[in-house]
Amino acid sequence: MFYRENGQFKTSYAADQQIFPIAQDRIAIGLILAFSVVAVPMLASDYLFRAILIPFLIFSLAAVGVNILVGYCGQISLGSGAFMAVGAYGAYNFFVRVPNMPLIPALILGGVCSTFFGILFGLPSLRVKGLYLAVATLAAQFFSDWMFLRIKWFTNDSPSGSVSVSNLQVFGFEIESPVSKYLLCLGILMVIGLLAKNLVRSAIGREWMAIRDMDVAASVIGIRPMYAKLSAFAVSSFIIGVAGALWGFVYLGAWEPAAFSVDQSFKMLFMVIIGGMGSIMGSFFGAAFIVVLPIALNQLLPVLGSAIGLEISTAGISHAELMVFGALIVWFLIVEPHGLAKLWSIGKQKLRLWPFPH
Amino acid sequence: MAFFLETLLGGLMAGMLYSLVALGFVLIFKASGVFNFAQGAMVLFAALAMARFAEWIPKWTGIESPVVATIGAFVIAAAVMFVVAWLIEYLVLRHLVNQEGTTLLMATLGITYFMEGLGQTVFGSDIYKIDIGMPKEPVFLLESVFEGGVLINKEDLIAAVIAAVLVALLSLFFQKTSTGRALRAVADDHQAAQSIGIPLNRIWVIVWCVAGIVALVAGMIWGSKLGVQFSLTTVALRALPVVILGGLTSVPGAIIGGLIIGVGEKLSEVFLGPYVGGGIEIWFAYVLALAFLLVRPQGLFGEKIIDRV
Repeated sequence: MFYRENGQFKTSYAADQQIFPIAQDRIAIGLILAFSVVAVPMLASDYLFRAILIPFLIFSLAAVGVNILVGYCGQISLGSGAFMAVGAYGAYNFFVRVPNMPLIPALILGGVCSTFFGILFGLPSLRVKGLYLAVATLAAQFFSDWMFLRIKWFTNDSPSGSVSVSNLQVFGFEIESPVSKYLLCLGILMVIGLLAKNLVRSAIGREWMAIRDMDVAASVIGIRPMYAKLSAFAVSSFIIGVAGALWGFVYLGAWEPAAFSVDQSFKMLFMVIIGGMGSIMGSFFGAAFIVVLPIALNQLLPVLGSAIGLEISTAGISHAELMVFGALIVWFLIVEPHGLAKLWSIGKQKLRLWPFPH
Repeated sequence: MAFFLETLLGGLMAGMLYSLVALGFVLIFKASGVFNFAQGAMVLFAALAMARFAEWIPKWTGIESPVVATIGAFVIAAAVMFVVAWLIEYLVLRHLVNQEGTTLLMATLGITYFMEGLGQTVFGSDIYKIDIGMPKEPVFLLESVFEGGVLINKEDLIAAVIAAVLVALLSLFFQKTSTGRALRAVADDHQAAQSIGIPLNRIWVIVWCVAGIVALVAGMIWGSKLGVQFSLTTVALRALPVVILGGLTSVPGAIIGGLIIGVGEKLSEVFLGPYVGGGIEIWFAYVLALAFLLVRPQGLFGEKIIDRV
């Protein structure tokens, strides 16, 4: 980051309001995008796609959604897994029941189902807040767990609630190989990520942040709390719903209600905390961290164990994973409440001046 | 009618058990404003410690008496919970003074994960038994009134009595001792309490210790009922609506809320469940609490929430 914004003067409002006002940033983002679209499909192995890249993309999308609700609007939610489940099963029903349903509209309709579900369970946020709301959103989680297990219509009368999709196509291209799945997820993530970034820096995004910072004061200066809170619930659950549909359709292929359990909700919340609340970029950091950490621990712990002469079982690894997760959450909350995104910007600021002190 | 009564009583007993877990939540929230999501993990941790030490004590000391093993295990498990309480205060809460409620909630989520991992690493992750000599056979009541009488689990009855005794002791502790008064002062206002010389850190340790003991008792009873296993942590999730319904700051609220939720769950499962496919226990409690929140956001006995700008 040996660059400064010196000498880049803005002569129009449009130039002043771009997402990346500095030319070097624009070039860097362009390079990253080109790398992920062109170079990654050529370089990465199938294992890398399946284990890391595809989950990372889908969880980034979900984390962006959770971040809008929790990070930007301050409405703490423990029901993200339910929104994912509604998205996945909604998309599944449209895909299976409507003849010749194309994939992309099915995913979007899944997101729309999730939007309505989100608004419904966002209604308590008008009355209760903070801790009480967290518990209220848990109701959404348990209700969806039950709904997809017991109401057979949603799962096309499959006995255990497990469903599967096959023969996915987008514009005539088969979505079968890991590369095509990766590119599909990447495309959707880029579109929704751009929309989300623009939303949070527009009027409605500022309303969300005002509600987050102090809702009474926000309503005094003329922000409608109902509109702001419910729109945050709607947008967030739409994005999470699309992510859920992708998780079911593209990553799992066949799934059951347990795939969207309360653990999934906690995991997404952790992504937002570790990545950085109130930062779209933080969502990507958080998702990458949470996806890579278990894999890294799986690889590292046995090596470490054998180095000191200890045999670590798979159960031991999963317990160690829980402990590392928990410790990291607490550590981040204490040391850096704004997460990896803040660390990133601190680092950037330091490098901007380096090697000079001023 | 007998069947209805049986369901009702079953619900009351289950509700008493929920209140035990809910008490832990209320205690900590009252004294430190922390919504302790880790209560379930503490229940599991305490129950695991108790079950394993009850196994280990005869092995290590050679004393075969089950009474000694049980009492010894209880004491050691209590000591373990004290250490846990002190560590949580020292490592986590001390650094998060004056943070928002939601930040503290998320910190306890982290503690939950850590304790689940640690407990299973140290004590093992199989299903263990706690045998505290609770009678398992059911008894029949009111046989003169109804044909066949009303069936009640003796075990549930004893659990309910233990819970009631615990609640009585706790309210005595809160109302009559000077430590209890200090706890209530801290609950009211951290800064004011600190300025009149109440040591905040020590109070927090005490409160977490008390919550640890409550968790131990809850874990003991639930463990002897269901076996000590990982699913014990979900007990906390079952107890959350109880706290919400009763009000986060009220000990009697936890009890009454527990009874309402217990009865509501059982009655809804038996009389409403068959129409919608069964298994509605788990979300019915939440929806009940939710509906209640819309009318009274602070719960049944909670203090009124006042917004200040």
